Amino acid sequence: MSATLRPYLNAVRHTLSAAICLQNFNSQVVERHNKPEVEVSENNLGLDFKYDGKVEGESSREARSSKELLMTPVVVSRNEKERVLVEPSINSLRISIAIKQADEIEKILCHKFMRFMMMRAENFIILRRKPIEGYDISFLITNLHTEQMFKHKLVDFVIHFMEEIDKEISEMKLAVNARARECALEYLKRF
Amino acid sequence: MFYSRSFNMTEVHLFGTHPITCHAWNRDRTKVALSLNNNEVNIYVRNGSQWNPEPESVLQGHDFRVTGIDWAPNTNRIVTCGADRNAYVWTQGDNCKWSPTLVLLRINRAATCVKWSPLENKFAVGSGARLISICYFEQENNWWVSKHIKKPIRSTITTVDWHPNNILLAAGSTDFKVRIFSAWIKDIEPKPTATPWGVKMPLGQLMTEFSNSTGEGGWVHSVSFSMDGNRVCWVGHDSSVSVADATKEMAKTQLKTKSLPFTCVTWVSPTSLVAAGHGCCPVLFSVDETGKLVHVTKLDIAQKKEAGSLSAMKKFQSLDRTARTDQSDQTLATVHQNTITGINVYTADRSGKATAISTCGADSRLVIWNFDSLEQALGELKI
Repeated sequence: MSATLRPYLNAVRHTLSAAICLQNFNSQVVERHNKPEVEVSENNLGLDFKYDGKVEGESSREARSSKELLMTPVVVSRNEKERVLVEPSINSLRISIAIKQADEIEKILCHKFMRFMMMRAENFIILRRKPIEGYDISFLITNLHTEQMFKHKLVDFVIHFMEEIDKEISEMKLAVNARARECALEYLKRF
Repeated sequence: MFYSRSFNMTEVHLFGTHPITCHAWNRDRTKVALSLNNNEVNIYVRNGSQWNPEPESVLQGHDFRVTGIDWAPNTNRIVTCGADRNAYVWTQGDNCKWSPTLVLLRINRAATCVKWSPLENKFAVGSGARLISICYFEQENNWWVSKHIKKPIRSTITTVDWHPNNILLAAGSTDFKVRIFSAWIKDIEPKPTATPWGVKMPLGQLMTEFSNSTGEGGWVHSVSFSMDGNRVCWVGHDSSVSVADATKEMAKTQLKTKSLPFTCVTWVSPTSLVAAGHGCCPVLFSVDETGKLVHVTKLDIAQKKEAGSLSAMKKFQSLDRTARTDQSDQTLATVHQNTITGINVYTADRSGKATAISTCGADSRLVIWNFDSLEQALGELKI
C-alpha cells in the first residue's frame, strides 16, 4: 500500500464511524412517511427525487424543507481524481466515491464495472442505483442497515471496497492490454 | 418505594434480534414493557433472575412502529405513542387484560415521545408535527383530550421530560434547542406557585430556551430534569452534554466529549448524570461545586479479550471465509453491541438517588447496571 493510501483510508474510516450515528426518524414533511432524509430534504447536492407540489394542508415553503436534518457534507480527497463525499443526515448517510481513472481504458473499465454492480444494487444492500454527479459510485446507508448490521463492519466493507476497486481495475487493465497484444500479434503474423 | 435486589455489576437480558426502541418498568420492577421496533408493545414478567421468554401480554393497537412507552407507577397505566400519529392509554381490567383508550392528539405527523407527569393526571406527547400535545382526561366526555404547545417550535420534538412540580415541561427538538414550557391545564389543576424558572405560567408559556450550541447545530436527543427541578440536562448530536441551572440565572455549562453522540441521559443523583448512545457505553458525568460538568468514568468496564495465539489453520480459514486474518473485532468490547436507545432509573434509594439503571439498545439487549457493585469494582468511584 502506498504511502498516501493508508492515511486517506484512515481519514475515510474515521469520518464514516462518526457519520454513521443514525436513528429511526419519521418524515416531518409528509404524513406517515419514513424516507432517507439525505435523499428527500431540499437544497442538497444530489436531488434525484423529492416531494413535488404542495403537501396537503401545508402551503408554506418552509413547511416542506427539512434542512436542519442534514449535516454539512464532508469531502475526503487523496488527489483531485480520488475523493470521497460523505453526506450525513439524521436517518441516512450517502457515501460517494470517485475512483482513480488515469487513462481512457481505465475510464471505460471503471464505467462498465460500476454499471455492472449498480444494476445488481439490491444484492449489495447498501449500494445506490445511481451515483451522485461527479462521482463513480454511491452508497446509501440508512438506519435500517445499522439496526441489522454491525456498524464497524459496514465501515470495514466500504474501506475494503475502496482498497479492492483500484486493484481490480488495474488488473483488468493488464488483462485487456495482454489480450490486445496477443490479438495484434496473431493478426500481424499474416503479413 | 422500589424493591432492592443484590446482583452483579450488570445483568444482561436478550430479547431476540430486533432493536428495542424503548422500555418502561412497572412500579415494583417485576415487569417491563418494551417495543421490538414494531407496532406492538410486549410486556415481559421477571421469573427470578430470568425473564419469561414469552411475553405476558402483547399490546396491539398501533398501526406503525411504537416510538414511546411510559408506565405510570401509581395508577398502573401504560401510555404508548407511535409513528401512526396516535397515542393509547392502556388500563388493566379485572381479568388482567390490557385495554386501550385512544387519545385525541390532533397531530398529523408521527408522535415521537411520551411521558406521564409526576402526578399521573396528564402526559405530554412530542411529535414530528412541530408541537407538543398535553393530554388530560376529561371527565364529562370520558376521553383523553389534548392541548397544544406550538410556538416557537421549528422542528420535530425528540424528547420531553416533566418538572417534579407537575407543571413545567422540558422539550428537546431537532432545531437544536431545549425549551422549558409551562404545561398548566387550568381545567384540572390549581394555580401553580412560582419556581426559579419563572413566575407566570399560562399554558404554552415559553419559560426559557437554550441553544445546544452557537451556530453549529446538534440535534437534541434527550433531556432530563434533576430531582429538585432546578437543573436540566440534555445531550446533543455534537457529542455534547449540557446542564443549565435555573437558580444561577439560567447558566449553561457544556462538555464536548470525544465519544460518539449520546442518545439518552438521566440524572442519577442531585449532582451526577449518566448518558449513553452511539458509543454503546453509558458514561457517568458529574457537576462539581462550581457548576462545571466533568467526565467521571465509563460504566462499561470493557473486559479485554485475551489475544490468543492464532493458529495457522484458523488464520487461513478466516482469510478464506472473511478475507481477514483478524477475527477479534467481530463483536465490540462493550456489553451493548449497538446504539443504546433508552435509559431508565431501575432502583432508587429513599433520597431518590439511583442505585441501578437500565439501558436498552438496538442490539435487542436490556442491561441493568448496579451502582453498588460498580462502585466496588471501580474503587474510588462515588456516584
